[in-house]
Amino acid sequence: MIIIETQRLNFFYGNFHALKDITISISEKSITALIGPSGCGKSTFLKALNRMTDLIEGTKISGHILINRENVLDGKTDLVSLRKKVGMVFQRPNPFPLSVRENILFGPKIHQIVKPNEYESLIENSLRAVLLWNDLKDRLDANALKLSLEQQQRLCIARLLPVKPDVLLMDEPCSTLDPISTERIEELMRVLKENYTIIIVTHNMQQAARVSDDTGFMLLGELIEFGKTPNIFTNPRHQKTNDYVTGRFG
Amino acid sequence: MKPNPYRTERIAFTLLLISTVVIILPVFFIVFIIIQKGFSAISWEFLTSIPKMGMREGGIFPAIVGTLYLVLGTLIFALPLGVFSAIYLTEYAQDNLLTRLIKLAIINLAGVPSVVYGLFGLGIFVIFLKLGASILAGSLTLGVMVLPIIITTSKEALDSVPKSFREVSLSLGVSKWQTIRYSVLPHALPGILTGIILAISRAAGETAPILFTVAAFYLPKLPHSVFDQAMALPYHLYVISTQVPNVEVKIRYGTALVLMMIVLSLNLAAIILRSQFRKRKKW
Ligand SMILES: Nc1ncnc2c1ncn2[C@@H]1O[C@H](COP(=O)(O)OP(=O)(O)O)[C@@H](O)[C@H]1O
Ligand SMILES: [Mg+2]
Repeated sequence: MIIIETQRLNFFYGNFHALKDITISISEKSITALIGPSGCGKSTFLKALNRMTDLIEGTKISGHILINRENVLDGKTDLVSLRKKVGMVFQRPNPFPLSVRENILFGPKIHQIVKPNEYESLIENSLRAVLLWNDLKDRLDANALKLSLEQQQRLCIARLLPVKPDVLLMDEPCSTLDPISTERIEELMRVLKENYTIIIVTHNMQQAARVSDDTGFMLLGELIEFGKTPNIFTNPRHQKTNDYVTGRFG
Repeated sequence: MKPNPYRTERIAFTLLLISTVVIILPVFFIVFIIIQKGFSAISWEFLTSIPKMGMREGGIFPAIVGTLYLVLGTLIFALPLGVFSAIYLTEYAQDNLLTRLIKLAIINLAGVPSVVYGLFGLGIFVIFLKLGASILAGSLTLGVMVLPIIITTSKEALDSVPKSFREVSLSLGVSKWQTIRYSVLPHALPGILTGIILAISRAAGETAPILFTVAAFYLPKLPHSVFDQAMALPYHLYVISTQVPNVEVKIRYGTALVLMMIVLSLNLAAIILRSQFRKRKKW
């Protein structure tokens, strides 16, 4: 099942053409990796999917983004429910300077989606889902900034879950983590794949090769090639993709 | 001669220390002199009775009450207006000519001498809006005067909240106003309180803005409504120091001491509140 589809998606920062005719189909409950040199538009593409690009002044977007067959570029799109459905994990772990508990309850409290007597089980389930419950069950009132970076990043993922997203967008979620933590976050992604569709931007080609089902290679705002991960890495159709994945790219 | 790092270190340290001491000296002397000359005037009677004998005897109760009313009135007008417009300017306003003009106006407003605010209040509130010399007119005038302080400090406080807080919150499907309410304002509160502290000090201490808009020379009773005139400590101090002959020194300094204590205790309350917030939120 296709959950996200873009058709001829174009994006401009002022006059700068950052995304050029991106057409892509992303299957449900899979991991899609976006790779490509810095500045090629990977983050822009992610942010367009949940319309976080709306926050930047002077931008222009055209084409179609269909999520669950609904065009989210429609003027009538409800941004609140779009962003609930399409959650985002940022490059730097960015928990609020509040307790672990308050971080997880932040979304559900504002959206009033759970009753106060369900808070405790919600916290437990969210932390279990990111494999953090055993580490943190006795530290729920600790300030989230006191956790290790890896734990913080897991907490940021846990914070998304109570608002029940279908899609998790991850923009270089491991770039501030050490290799061991990185491996453990990758492990977590494989678990989360059971229930969520994940799109991950990464600089790290081994990471893309290890975790993803599909890979897209972007260059200067264009999606050069998109396909099954093993094919992209061992048998790419385009010379540029080949140059990039073999590290011969200038 | 080779520079001796130990010697230059000592010289730098001494210089910095002296500068700091020089700064605290005036503060220390002001406090010291006012307490020394005014403390003997302080009594229950001085604080709670009305002035008598052409203000040469009795107490300063109406002036204390008047000043408290004015501070309260000022905050009622300036606090919501200032904080709301700071929120608008930081969170909503686009960077265009109008916004830049508004920001420029606010900066300039902060530089206007207080006596000009007094004349402005006289013209607009007392005469044009026909409020007369009244607590209402005085509070509005002081409110306009402290607005730039509250706006500037609130804006700084809001700006210092990391952008990522807003991003995260919005990305969780939280609306813009809810984002401001739940993930920006709580973290900006300590900074906003700093602005309130400064505003209170100015509103309580300024003489010129209240001179034509509210302050009564001698009014030996309490105001009944916001349309009444009132005595106020800074103006009372000015009156008994320059307009009324033969006022005992201790009464003048006692009045100054009371004014200082009021400002200090209001500030202290805000500072304690602020440190409570700071303790809770940290990043
Ligand atoms: N807010 C912005 N304003 C103007 N240009 C931007 C902005 N954000 C990104 N860009 C430009 O858009 C291009 C793509 O950026 P980005 O999507 O962040 O790339 P990537 O994530 O692949 O490194 C870059 O050339 C960058 O300079
Ligand atoms: Mg990026």
